[in-house]
Amino acid sequence: MGDVASLILKRLALGVVTLFVISILIFGAVEMLPGDIAQAVLGQSATPENLAALREQMGLDQPAIVRYFHWLTGAISGDFGNSLVTGERVSSTIGPRLLNTLFLASYAAAIAVPLAIILGILVALARNSVFDRVANILALTAISSPEFFLGYVLILYLSVKTGLFPAISSLQGDMSFGDLLYRTFLPALTMVLVVMAHMMRMTRAAIINLLASPYIEMARLKGVPSWKVIVFHALPNALAPIINVVALNLAYLITGVVLVEVVFVYPGVGQLLVDAVSKRDFPIVQACCLIFAATFILLNLAADVGSILTNPRLRHPK
Amino acid sequence: MTNFKKPNLMDGLAAEAREGRISRRSFMQRSMAAGLTASTATGLWTGAARAEPKRGGTFRWGIHDGNTSDTHDPGTYVTRQMIFLAHQYRSYLTMINPDNSLGPDLATEWSATPDAAEWTFKITDKASFHSGRKVTANDVVASLNHHRGETSSAAKALLTSVTDITAKDDTTIVITLDGGNADLPWLMTDYHLAICPANDDGTIDWESADGCGPYKIDEGEFGVSWSLSRHDGWHGEGAWFDKVQMLILNDPNARQTALVTGDVDCVSLVELKTLALLQRRPDIEVDNVPSGAAITMPMFCDTAPFDNVDVRTALKLSMNRQEIIDKIAFGAATMGNDFHIAPVQPFYPTDIPQHEYDPDKAKSLLKKAGAEGMSISLHTADSVFSGAVDMCVLYSEQAKASGINIDVVREPNDGYYSDVWLKKPFTAVSWGARPTPDVMFTLAYKSDAAWNESHWQNERFNELLLQAKAELDQNLRAEMYREMSLLMHDDGGTIIPFFNNFVFAHSTKVQHNPDLAASWACDGARAPSRWWFA
Repeated sequence: MGDVASLILKRLALGVVTLFVISILIFGAVEMLPGDIAQAVLGQSATPENLAALREQMGLDQPAIVRYFHWLTGAISGDFGNSLVTGERVSSTIGPRLLNTLFLASYAAAIAVPLAIILGILVALARNSVFDRVANILALTAISSPEFFLGYVLILYLSVKTGLFPAISSLQGDMSFGDLLYRTFLPALTMVLVVMAHMMRMTRAAIINLLASPYIEMARLKGVPSWKVIVFHALPNALAPIINVVALNLAYLITGVVLVEVVFVYPGVGQLLVDAVSKRDFPIVQACCLIFAATFILLNLAADVGSILTNPRLRHPK
Repeated sequence: MTNFKKPNLMDGLAAEAREGRISRRSFMQRSMAAGLTASTATGLWTGAARAEPKRGGTFRWGIHDGNTSDTHDPGTYVTRQMIFLAHQYRSYLTMINPDNSLGPDLATEWSATPDAAEWTFKITDKASFHSGRKVTANDVVASLNHHRGETSSAAKALLTSVTDITAKDDTTIVITLDGGNADLPWLMTDYHLAICPANDDGTIDWESADGCGPYKIDEGEFGVSWSLSRHDGWHGEGAWFDKVQMLILNDPNARQTALVTGDVDCVSLVELKTLALLQRRPDIEVDNVPSGAAITMPMFCDTAPFDNVDVRTALKLSMNRQEIIDKIAFGAATMGNDFHIAPVQPFYPTDIPQHEYDPDKAKSLLKKAGAEGMSISLHTADSVFSGAVDMCVLYSEQAKASGINIDVVREPNDGYYSDVWLKKPFTAVSWGARPTPDVMFTLAYKSDAAWNESHWQNERFNELLLQAKAELDQNLRAEMYREMSLLMHDDGGTIIPFFNNFVFAHSTKVQHNPDLAASWACDGARAPSRWWFA
């Protein structure tokens, strides 16, 4: 197991380097956007005098390198600075939004992951049957439609026509957990439909791939029922690719919700990021992007560790 | 919601009046058509028919155009979220009434010296901030000074002619100008000039979001939602709702769905493309309110071929405005007549003949100018307004009948106002409403204005503009603005196809008076303090 620990440490160190490179890229990209934050804030009523006054107020009169290192020294000590537009702490601006996004992602994941794996096993069992075909067609249709379109279709049928669920997911401070689950059901369902196909198809493919192996044939010849063959003999060996796909989709759930947040007016990180970019509010953009990047790095690491742990040959290398 | 197919016509009319669906004028006309005398109808209107506003309920309001990066600083007000919110939790010196006249907010009376260069405002002593302190003249002085001198405020240009602002006593403010301006009380309705509590050093405390408006902020977050409740110490009349909830719904589809499914009671903007479908729903009422916001098409009067007034008039006569309003604005617009005063604005002259679509007359004018079959370019971009490019293409088709060849050039959205507007000789532009003709004319039609988008030079116009600005006799001023309008209409370099309407919608559970202010959508952004639940 010592190898796993050293692998984690190595990967974490590489992750930190990656984050550093990303922060430079993002800073450069925001700097390259036409116009600056003062112009974005004042808009059409900008005059040379009030532009200059605002730039000085925001510290934009310093060179870009100085501003970047100022931010970097803060970030290393855990201080991500203040929003340039509102002057509020970045952490207090992003914190509640991030929690909302994480909540929605976990809600969707809690439905999507078990459902996708169970469905994947079922269609592998009944491969090439009508059930297999229908499940595949539905899942592929869902993943092929853009998220916002799926969202609108769900709103039309589950909200406007039947009134089963609310069309907008506005949150209030005093909502009970049940209320919360109810109000955010449609965006969660949209996310579920978007990520399910990938995981289900991969489960199906990985299992079917193994079914041709000699040891499965042996199990069959012993007279083991076919569901047992799949769940106890095939699935454990198919876990590595499935874990990889699940990890990638979890990352997508967190970083890819922007459109869904817009359609359902859900106060998550995505909307915040879009607004921050349009205003060139660098500290917020930087923090959001680093959070997304860290999510990808950590989930990829988790996937690799997961596939090592599920594979005895990798667990005990000679 | 009662239905309208009542057996008795008068019952139906009375029901409509109670719900605020018809104005007093059409109530009277239809009552009299039904055989009632004028006095009986008047009695019915004032007595039985008109529902009294009543207290209570939570008004849920879906707002478009809101960012997470918005702030409480009145100097940076720019999105609808900031402007609409400001009209709930803060107050102004004056306000635009539902009938578009000027009325009091904090100021109870105002007067000027005969040259209109020194104005005195008296404010009410009843007003208090949500934190409990009384509103005094010092707060007003500090709030106005926030936009003067060394400031990043977007309203700085508005107050450049102000030389001094002083508090004479607790309720009296004196504003001194470097020249006469009869419109100063109108300028005080500008959304930037919200009154905030003053600090001891003469700055204002905008950060705490304390205000003296009809509702106080309980909690909220920019770009998400705001919860407000009634401020019991408010100095004004109204504020019938107990609570107001503002939801930021930037997505047009989300807004419409929220209204249809009953998640909100009112939305501030409706998509024109689906307007007809929305109007069919019996539980939703769409308000289509003419405003002072305009679409203009300036031509450089010092550049050929626009330097010839006959060419300019021919271009004005080559536009079929009704077709543009029907097809591009889906009927939600008021026809323009090539002078920049909307029918809902003060000093609108009613007797200037409409420029009709007349290709034959345009042809003969072009012949006179020796410009038959001319080819010109018209520059536009999608971001000017939704349908801007379509409008220009339609106009170019209409102008073919006069033998004019218009090449529509579609410019990129980014930088349209810095690289195309004021640079190309013929463009399409969108203007927000300004409170008075003086502000608009000084901004875009005065000969030396930085934004004189048509390069129009007219000595008589400039002379009248200066005279009218300092003239306190309203009849004389109206006469001057009529003459200026006529000059723009006959000689000016700007085609004004239409003034766009505010189109918003609310559930029929919410009621309002038949008059709706034209300064902003939703009754001058004051729906929460003016409307009520049935």
